[in-house]
Amino acid sequence: MAGPRDLTLAAARDAIRSGGLSPTALTEAYIEAVEAARPLNVFITETPDKALEMAKASEDRLARGEGGALEGIPVGIKDLFCTDGVLSTAGSHILDGFVPTYESTVSANLFGAGAVLLGKCNLDEFAMGSSNMTSYYGPVENPWRASDAPDEKLVPGGSSGGSAAAVAAHAALGAAGTDTGGSIRQPAAFTGVVGVKPTYGRCSRWGVVAFASSLDQAGPLTRTVRDAAIMLGAMAGYDPKDSTSVDLPVPDYEAALGGDVRDLKIGVPKEYRLDGMPDEIEDLWQRGVAWLKEAGAQIVDIGLPHTKYALPAYYIVAPAEASSNLSRYDGVRFGLRVDGDTLQDMYENTRGEGFGAEVKRRVLIGAYVLSAGYYDAYYLKAQRVRTRIADDFRKAWEKVDAVLTPTAPSAAFAQGDKMEDPIAMYLNDIFTVPASLAGLPAISVPAGLSKRGLPLGLHVIGKPFDEETALHIGSVLEAAAGFDAKPTFLAR
Amino acid sequence: MAIDTATVAKIARLARIRVPEADREALAGELSNILGWVEQLAEVDTDNVAPMTSAVETVMPKRSDEVTDGDRAGEVTANAPVKERHFFVVPKVVE
Repeated sequence: MAGPRDLTLAAARDAIRSGGLSPTALTEAYIEAVEAARPLNVFITETPDKALEMAKASEDRLARGEGGALEGIPVGIKDLFCTDGVLSTAGSHILDGFVPTYESTVSANLFGAGAVLLGKCNLDEFAMGSSNMTSYYGPVENPWRASDAPDEKLVPGGSSGGSAAAVAAHAALGAAGTDTGGSIRQPAAFTGVVGVKPTYGRCSRWGVVAFASSLDQAGPLTRTVRDAAIMLGAMAGYDPKDSTSVDLPVPDYEAALGGDVRDLKIGVPKEYRLDGMPDEIEDLWQRGVAWLKEAGAQIVDIGLPHTKYALPAYYIVAPAEASSNLSRYDGVRFGLRVDGDTLQDMYENTRGEGFGAEVKRRVLIGAYVLSAGYYDAYYLKAQRVRTRIADDFRKAWEKVDAVLTPTAPSAAFAQGDKMEDPIAMYLNDIFTVPASLAGLPAISVPAGLSKRGLPLGLHVIGKPFDEETALHIGSVLEAAAGFDAKPTFLAR
Repeated sequence: MAIDTATVAKIARLARIRVPEADREALAGELSNILGWVEQLAEVDTDNVAPMTSAVETVMPKRSDEVTDGDRAGEVTANAPVKERHFFVVPKVVE
């Protein structure tokens, strides 16, 4: 039977505005869903009492004729955002017990627009991972199961795996994630939801636990493109507290949706055709091309010649920035402390015990490539390659308005797969990392099922600050794909 | 570039992470694999290419040099694992 949890974010918003649905009733339904979804381990912290208080406050605002873009909408927030008075862990042991005394700008924007906090979503430790297997709080389970292996638990992707799985399982109407190299888009593809990484600078990074500062961006995960447009509009905006946030007006993203794409040129880059890529990924990509052609777009073959170097460049730049950012976890100001005889011993003991294996690997790689004698050969070289990757896109924008690719090179895989081979795990982000390095906006839209019945995503990359075109094309792909498959597990 | 266990010990020290001796060999192998894989960047011609230092083309905003925040010692030290009044407490660093 259809209930309030079957509504999309846009439909729930409209029902609340028209008085047909109360924020408290909707929130109560989602608090039940959060409990029902516990087997998936999507939330690190549930905040039902806070949710009900926030829903009540929403009702008071509505009664006064006020109300924001997300009034009364229950959401999850990736546990990388600091939330005032609510445990914020980054999925790491080293932040044990950390309760911020301030609110991140993006979560403050969401709450200012009327959103209701259901809880903090699980993630890979410090957002480092593509499977959500590296969380100190345990792996998240994908609500989808493969048709040929119904007993096998699959990963939801990462690092925003809890956010993606919560939305897919209907345990939240939307969720805030962050994306450094694909951490919103890849889990969106793996769980059959929509994920948007906006242009670098569109959303404030203030109050978000930093991983790689020149790449980190916040964005929404939702069930539909319209829902993503609404939520992104509430999250985005200039923030004087983040010097890399950009002072541009936030457009009405919802107004960009639908219609045709007759005046648009869409680039298809040949370098994204990989040796050994599964046929079903190639087939999905070709279906996407055909859908956009039918909708009137002009398809243009383009070259992005440095694509294959994006991932290795990323695995120098991101760990280098991470090793610097994570130096703050020292057992002095917050979180875990493991005692030692000297200050040095205390630092080393705390960090040795507090960081997991993947975080240690990346911090050590970062320390190495930044160390004396290697800085030019690794870090500076990678930054130069990054310029060439951004130049590839700049040249593409002379010919096309957006670029269409698959989101990920495979569907979701089993929990535990690829854990012994870091590079195989890194390859998950091969299609998402180039846009991250170039700072470009991109969206993943669920567009079909694999032979094993698992969701697959299409990926649209836009010009800087042109989230609107990416969302517009995403909405056309969404309508053409008619993706209405439901995961094996729905919170009921 | 192959990394040996002595290099692992050195960078672990630089990164202030305790890595037990028993773990160093496995870590040396993993780090060597990753660094071997990124060495393909040498194929890219980057002569006369400036390193990318900003993800968007924008002018850094500036504000007037005024104190806009402060007097929050209680909040700043609220999460400290060990504190005395508004001071962080660490192991003794001077004899």
